[in-house]
Amino acid sequence: MHLARAVVRYGFQFRDVLAAWELFVEGLLVTLTLSVAAFAGGLALGVLGAAIRTYGPGWAKFLVSSYVAVVRNTPLLVQLFVIFFGLPALGIRLDSMTAAIIALIFNLGAYTVEIVRAGFESIPEGQLEAGRALGLSGPQIFRHVVLFQSMRSMVPALSSQFIFFMLGTAAVSQIAVTDLFHTASLVQSRTFRDFEVYIVIAGIYLVLAQVMRLVFAGGYRLAFGGRS
Amino acid sequence: MIRGFSPNDILFLLGALRWTALLAAGAFVGSAVVGLVLATMRLSRFRAVRWLAIVYVQLVQGIPLLVWLFLLYFGVAMLGFNVDPWLAAILGFSIYGGAFLGEVWRGAMGSIEVTQWEAGAALGLSISQQLRHVIVPQSVQIAIPPTIGFLVQLIKNTSLASTIGILEVTREGQLTSAATYQPMTVYLVVAALYFALCFPLTQWSRSLERKFNAGR
Repeated sequence: MHLARAVVRYGFQFRDVLAAWELFVEGLLVTLTLSVAAFAGGLALGVLGAAIRTYGPGWAKFLVSSYVAVVRNTPLLVQLFVIFFGLPALGIRLDSMTAAIIALIFNLGAYTVEIVRAGFESIPEGQLEAGRALGLSGPQIFRHVVLFQSMRSMVPALSSQFIFFMLGTAAVSQIAVTDLFHTASLVQSRTFRDFEVYIVIAGIYLVLAQVMRLVFAGGYRLAFGGRS
Repeated sequence: MIRGFSPNDILFLLGALRWTALLAAGAFVGSAVVGLVLATMRLSRFRAVRWLAIVYVQLVQGIPLLVWLFLLYFGVAMLGFNVDPWLAAILGFSIYGGAFLGEVWRGAMGSIEVTQWEAGAALGLSISQQLRHVIVPQSVQIAIPPTIGFLVQLIKNTSLASTIGILEVTREGQLTSAATYQPMTVYLVVAALYFALCFPLTQWSRSLERKFNAGR
């Protein structure tokens, strides 16, 4: 009740906050760049990992499942800290943007392995046999029989994982990447309107998530036809 | 002053791990309350109630957790309240986690076939009795593995509470790193602590899932 009254009494002032719209756009572009880079890298890493996990030799399978287990059982924030603050101690100095991209790809790749693997396993054994009967080689079967078909079943899971991930990239602000979330503290220090700043930021993320949902659904329809 | 990384630092980090655990426990209880309300709303006869729950989930899941934490901590402070970071964190995790847990539990209840409800109705059970004696006991079994998976997610997410000044294990790691200037060692230890907490839960969730699938 107190809270409701305080909200009513609080004079919202969005003018100064919105006047900084250029900063928001810059931050948004950084978040988009990071997300797209991570999607591309994470997908490549995920498909590679899933292929090894499904068809590779025992030791390589073990390597991939260890990677997946380590990433999935530790926070992204700590992974960012290890790469950005930890690696320079070993003589590998990275700027914050590079460190962020590496950490994000490394992180998303592990989650993608699991989704893609489930997709590969959804292809019935009989189809692989049919490919072999047609004289296709292993890589050819993978490319023509497994990959495209399994994409169809994994795209819905991948797109919700990607959207969820895009929102999670806000953590990179903690290693001083000037992404959308970091923009909030810049605008806050100019305007001192914390509440309004974070409401605006929340709104931008919300719109971004909805737009991505539409883009993924549209892409799915374009590639596979029908409804996702 | 810079000092070396000593076994004592590991003890301090271990000590901070209990605040991570406490945060996760509080957040889990809060998320369970919100999730239960949402799952029940989704079963409602009234379209408006179901719709409200859907809008809540869409809204909450479309905004990063970090933004929720900052809104509740720095934003609400602007209204003239003295916000306790623990309260803001647990509230933020509950608002956010409740949306996920609500979806998980609704999915579990939805996976029970309609005939089970009908059988309950045929036995003369009321809706709440059908829920209590027929639907909930069966859906609990389905819901347990993803709920444990959610707990793992939650434990990892508590690391974000370090940004609003809660001295849990990630924040303790930042302080230790600044004091010892050994970031690699410190953050690897921090990562190992999270792993030690999360990995057994992940494995447990998996084995339960397998056991349940085998029983079907």
